[in-house]
Amino acid sequence: MANEKTAERHGSSKVVRYNRWGYIFLIPFFTIFVIFQLIPLVTTIWNSFFENYRSGLKQIGPNFIGLANYVSILENPDLWKYVSNTLIMWVIGFIPQIVLSLLMAYWFTDPSLRLKGQRFFKTVMYLPNLIMASAFSMLFFTLFSDHGPVNQMLIAAGILSQPFKFFSSTVASRVLVGFMNFIMWTGNTMILLMAGMMGIDPSLYEAAEVDGATANQIFWRITLPLLKPILLYVLITSLIGGLQMYDVPQILTNGTGDPARNTMTMIMWLNKHLYSRNYGMGGALSVLLFILTGILSLVVFKVSGNADKAKQAK
Amino acid sequence: METKKTHGGVHARRVVAYIVLAIMSFLCLIWFYILFINATRSNGELSRGFTLLPSSHLAENFVNMLHSTQPVARGMVNSLIVAGCAALLCTYFSTMTAYAIHAYHFKGRQAMYTTILAVMMIPTQVTALGFVQLLTRMNLMDNYLGLILPSIAAPATFFYMKQYMDSVLSPSLIEAARMDGAGEFRIFNTIVLPLMKPAIAVQAIFTFVANWNNYFTPALVLKKEEMKTLPILIAELRSADFLKFDMGVVYMTIAFSIFPVIIVYLLLSKYIVGGLQLGGVKE
Repeated sequence: MANEKTAERHGSSKVVRYNRWGYIFLIPFFTIFVIFQLIPLVTTIWNSFFENYRSGLKQIGPNFIGLANYVSILENPDLWKYVSNTLIMWVIGFIPQIVLSLLMAYWFTDPSLRLKGQRFFKTVMYLPNLIMASAFSMLFFTLFSDHGPVNQMLIAAGILSQPFKFFSSTVASRVLVGFMNFIMWTGNTMILLMAGMMGIDPSLYEAAEVDGATANQIFWRITLPLLKPILLYVLITSLIGGLQMYDVPQILTNGTGDPARNTMTMIMWLNKHLYSRNYGMGGALSVLLFILTGILSLVVFKVSGNADKAKQAK
Repeated sequence: METKKTHGGVHARRVVAYIVLAIMSFLCLIWFYILFINATRSNGELSRGFTLLPSSHLAENFVNMLHSTQPVARGMVNSLIVAGCAALLCTYFSTMTAYAIHAYHFKGRQAMYTTILAVMMIPTQVTALGFVQLLTRMNLMDNYLGLILPSIAAPATFFYMKQYMDSVLSPSLIEAARMDGAGEFRIFNTIVLPLMKPAIAVQAIFTFVANWNNYFTPALVLKKEEMKTLPILIAELRSADFLKFDMGVVYMTIAFSIFPVIIVYLLLSKYIVGGLQLGGVKE
């Protein structure tokens, strides 16, 4: 360390002068970050300690009330209802998503299969990820509405005698939200997993084949165990994304979370607080979400850090 | 070949793979096909049931959409402005941030790098409350600056740029430019930026699409009708009693929000899907 420093001082003062530009080039990022992310984060946390809402035309607060907002939000059964709604809809989408993306990534990277049209399939399956979630959700709403095309087709085919009210059924609404998430994220997950699978040493497969292992055995005994860090990464980042679920259920139910608020997610609830200017409760809810995502992100960092270390060890 | 013999099941597995891939492709595409068909049909035709073939009312629905109560064309221009500016600023400054970390060995460099990566996972939603308060105090409500400027600090784009830069930019190139007497800022603009073009293109597309599709924050910031972007208009369409609307126009409005992205994606898919595999993966 000391040597380095003296070398810098005596060697070329030019290098030091150049290196000052490192700070200069970082100015835009950190200025914008502080103004538009850090300050809002701090004021959001600050707000969570105050009673600050509107009751009719009257403005209550802001009065400092310590942790009272947190107590009342954690005691509110609605919070747990919306947490479980969010998680249920995430799981409905995530299970088929991870199963299919694993399968397809495995097939695409399996040299013995030599699948044709890979680029076509990848292009098609990644497409829904780029679609405006709100417009996609609006499309599903029109297609599955009481007199929409899906009901028309089911009646014309003689399967139904009268329209099925998808949006009056908790199960159907949740499945539709999960299904849209599944369609939108499978291609993305598949590409992530493919990159992971291509990183597996081919000699392992060759050795297994020489030993007479079947395709099934190779998948369960080699591919899957070696893929564990990436699978964990996919799981947790998807969960973080799932906690932020908003556009699809918001548009599908027009912000009501119907039927019976069974599709209301946490961010939809936060959005309600923001619109009704209940800043105290909104702040507390934001902080809870922040802590939750923070913990999950730490896990991601640990997982990807371990993967890096494993790679370096190789 | 021997492999064929030892794997009698390869053929069967291949058939299963193609069937599953075909079903998945169908599930990914059918919605956009139905959307296209319905956007070509009149309200009367739509109420009579679904058909697989397009009708002849595409132009009519388009004209009706332009004259509907919603400023859809204006919304598209607004979306283009916000997404375009955000993509430009985001890629330019993310490359600059990546260059700062990549090329200079200043004190606290590693700490800066870690900080940038650590803030990557702060969801925009959890700071939305403070963000709206801040914009209100700065008098930036109903102003695109509040939606465009934050894209300068984009850790995910920075990370991608940094990865790419590590593989294409050699120190000797910068040294040579310095010998020629070029200033640091000039080196960045005339040597680094052109080298980064492929990465910039990929990230510009992603940032553009993300902002084009963004609904949560713009809906909190944009209140004036003539300022609203497309996702907000879609949400308004949903909250209106739209069953009384001309359904052809409703489908047309949805198509108008979705198809530009699909067309651009199909034209550039080679670079996008390739670019995703290139550096989008954090292992």
